[in-house]
Amino acid sequence: MVKIEDYGEFTTSWCPGCGNFGIMQAVRQALLAQDIAPHQFVYVSGIGQAAKAPHYLRSNMFNGLHGRALPVAQAVRLSNTNLPVLVSSGDGCSYGEGGNHFLAAVRRNVNMTLLAHNNQIYGLTKGQASPTTMTGQVTKTQPLGVAATPFNPVAVAVAMKCSFVARSFAGDTEHLAQMIELAMRHEGFALVDILQPCVSFNKINTYAWYKERCVNLPDDYDPTDWSVAMQTADKFGDEIPLGLIYKQDRPSYETHIPQLANGPLAQAATDFDALDRVLEKFV
Amino acid sequence: MPEKTVNIMIGGAAGQGLATVGQLLTKSLIRSGYHVVVRQDYMSRVRGGHNTYIIRASVDEIYAPREAMDFLVALNQETVDLHLNELGDGGLIICDEALDSKGRPGLSISFKDLAPKPIFQNVAALGLLASLLGLDRDVPAKLLTDTFTKKGEAIVKQNHEVLDAAYAWVAEQNAGIEPLAPVPAPVKRLMMGGNEAIALGAMAAGVKFCSFYPMTPATSVAQNLITHGRELGVVVEQVEDEIAAMNMAIGASYAGARSLVPTSGGGFALMTEGVSLAAVAETPLVCVVAMRPGPATGLPTRTEQADLNLVLYAGHGEYPRAIFAPGTVEEAFRLAHRAFDQAERYQSPVFVLSDQFLADSFRSVEPFDTRSLPAPASPLKEWAGEGPYERYAVTDSGVSPRVIPGFSETLVVGDSHEHTPDGHITEDIEMRIEQKQKRLRKGCGLWEDVVAPSYIGPESPDVLLVSWGSTKGAADEAAMDLRADGVQAASLHFSQVWPLKLDQFAAKFDAAKKIVVVEGNATGQFAALLKLAGAQYTGLVLKYDGRPFTPEYIVTALHKSGALEA
Ligand SMILES: Cc1ncc(C[n+]2csc(CCOP(=O)(O)OP(=O)(O)O)c2C)c(N)n1
Ligand code: SF4
Repeated sequence: MVKIEDYGEFTTSWCPGCGNFGIMQAVRQALLAQDIAPHQFVYVSGIGQAAKAPHYLRSNMFNGLHGRALPVAQAVRLSNTNLPVLVSSGDGCSYGEGGNHFLAAVRRNVNMTLLAHNNQIYGLTKGQASPTTMTGQVTKTQPLGVAATPFNPVAVAVAMKCSFVARSFAGDTEHLAQMIELAMRHEGFALVDILQPCVSFNKINTYAWYKERCVNLPDDYDPTDWSVAMQTADKFGDEIPLGLIYKQDRPSYETHIPQLANGPLAQAATDFDALDRVLEKFV
Repeated sequence: MPEKTVNIMIGGAAGQGLATVGQLLTKSLIRSGYHVVVRQDYMSRVRGGHNTYIIRASVDEIYAPREAMDFLVALNQETVDLHLNELGDGGLIICDEALDSKGRPGLSISFKDLAPKPIFQNVAALGLLASLLGLDRDVPAKLLTDTFTKKGEAIVKQNHEVLDAAYAWVAEQNAGIEPLAPVPAPVKRLMMGGNEAIALGAMAAGVKFCSFYPMTPATSVAQNLITHGRELGVVVEQVEDEIAAMNMAIGASYAGARSLVPTSGGGFALMTEGVSLAAVAETPLVCVVAMRPGPATGLPTRTEQADLNLVLYAGHGEYPRAIFAPGTVEEAFRLAHRAFDQAERYQSPVFVLSDQFLADSFRSVEPFDTRSLPAPASPLKEWAGEGPYERYAVTDSGVSPRVIPGFSETLVVGDSHEHTPDGHITEDIEMRIEQKQKRLRKGCGLWEDVVAPSYIGPESPDVLLVSWGSTKGAADEAAMDLRADGVQAASLHFSQVWPLKLDQFAAKFDAAKKIVVVEGNATGQFAALLKLAGAQYTGLVLKYDGRPFTPEYIVTALHKSGALEA
């Protein structure tokens, strides 16, 4: 049995009170609930405050470049389908710099979980607007207020029929741990968009701001109803619904690749007989 | 006297099937025992335009395309208009009777009579050429059987009928064309292009993962891996962009799959961020850059050797790398294989620098003995050493034991930041210096492993032609031509262009009166590197019109520049 201490204790470079602490707590709980030991999964990230998460948990990890966590993570999973893959990423990282990868990952449907630490601001680079910053919000680099419409990752993911879309809140670790566990148990690409207060640079979307608005989806909510999910996903204002918003069961991308049926790619030896057969085709 | 060598240009519009005629004829020549060099020239369009497929075949070994054509096979009028002047003395034009051959001698054919339907004109053209060259009918006939059996017996039969009609027509003509001299003892050879050889070399090295975004002329590397990938257990993913391609390959490599990324300059420009990641994360990675002329979209389907600097300096920060530049199809195979070994051995990005000319150039090659190749270095599945496992342990060689995650309790940590030996972010001055020096020390190993340049010619030549990559054949033959003319000429070819190790070639430079660097770009990028390495050259022959070098081009340029004057 895995114990929570197995995931280690680390000093972080996060500001006291940052929402990232709640997220890490929930990640530990979700892993523990599934009895996944540190060597039994891979934790991948890009760059940003959120992306430092894998450094603060004992695990296999790959901390790559800004916006590029998803390509790395999908390839890790394709190379070894025995390994659960978890990604921690900021809203700038996955929805901005890596936006194209996000869309492609939703479409590809590799079995993995993306935890988007969505603080609606760039944290690490000190408070510039991110793709999810609300219209009108003033920052040092947007002194006239943000003119653009915010990106709604949940709505986009539902619109694309992403196979699992949930939203949760860093201030409610129980709910979040439950969503992460559901996402990891789901077969296919799972997005958990996590509302994450940035106490240093986002003075608008605070713990209080989110708490006032967040409502859990009712027990009888049907996440497989796409049109209802679209309407739910569109809500981000006075009311912000939390929970499993949309889910569609379909085979993950891995099942589409017969080469993967033989186990991890690292294990496959070169088949020289096959190679010689191929060479004969060039005669 | 039968001819020992023939030079054939087949020209037509894209979509007319000239590549099919060309490939079938090439294979028939190779199966008949001839040596072959193919050059393909095509425009960036799917239908129409003007393309050529040029086959040079010989009883003797040959290395490069030549200029004067013996036959011009014109599938449309444009071919006649554009290429008539490329026919050599006594050269003949072969075309449909409906085309205007402008008074040049040749054969005018009624393709309508030979082929029942236009789709069979390819086979008619194949039959005409094969019989004119004196190839035994059974050779193209067997090839057609091999090619079309999967489409059914009826199709094979129809193809054979067209082939026979073409052979019969030629026999009737009594065209007075000398056939090719027979090959004394035909040897089994393969017909293979540069990109095919790279894909096969990668497969022989155990490539398991390839991510790519399509870009000419690199796409066919991925295509070849896709075609044979299922049989060989290679996963190939066409991804959303080059950035994803590079990062995916790194992810796969971290997880233990040997990874390849094929691209061209424009795509590679986007990947450079990831090259830097592979370097700091110390992840093995093989990148094939098939060059085409830039800047930007440039001449999308033509050839050039102008991305050497891009690859040499790609990625921010400092780190060692190796760059291979195959000069032949055989080298493409061997160096692709070697690149995987070096990438794993030094846990670094390694590059294979090719170009459109080599990518699309079919050659006759001796079958490869795949089993005699040394197995590439491999990572560990578990840490059995002393103390806790450190992914970035500081070592004398700079290479740390590489474990792959998921096979044991060993935790494997990869990081893009400067890191501690166990892979975690650090700002510590000492650690930074230690880790950076450790990574740079891998360069010493790479330096010990450099493939020496190959030299052909007399000991103390009057002129030494220095080439790299695909220019090898033209430079070697130019030197041969010069020697036949009484000039003491030699050639030196670099199939690894970085690192450069002066002591491997300094003596050759010292012994030559003149040293002329021949390369396919406008600024002499490799020549500048040679200078950096401490080697002095005296002249340059450059070409940047998007077309490959020929021996004639080099010799003419040498005459013009006065490099051949004492
Ligand atoms: C290619 C690249 N561009 C820019 C940066 C600088 N950068 C680092 S983190 C970051 C934004 C971080 O915001 P987010 O992803 O939302 O994460 P957070 O820090 O808020 O958790 C930027 C722009 C970088 N490291 N790499
Ligand atoms: S800057 Fe914001 S996101 Fe980053 S650690 Fe501080 S509070 Fe958290």
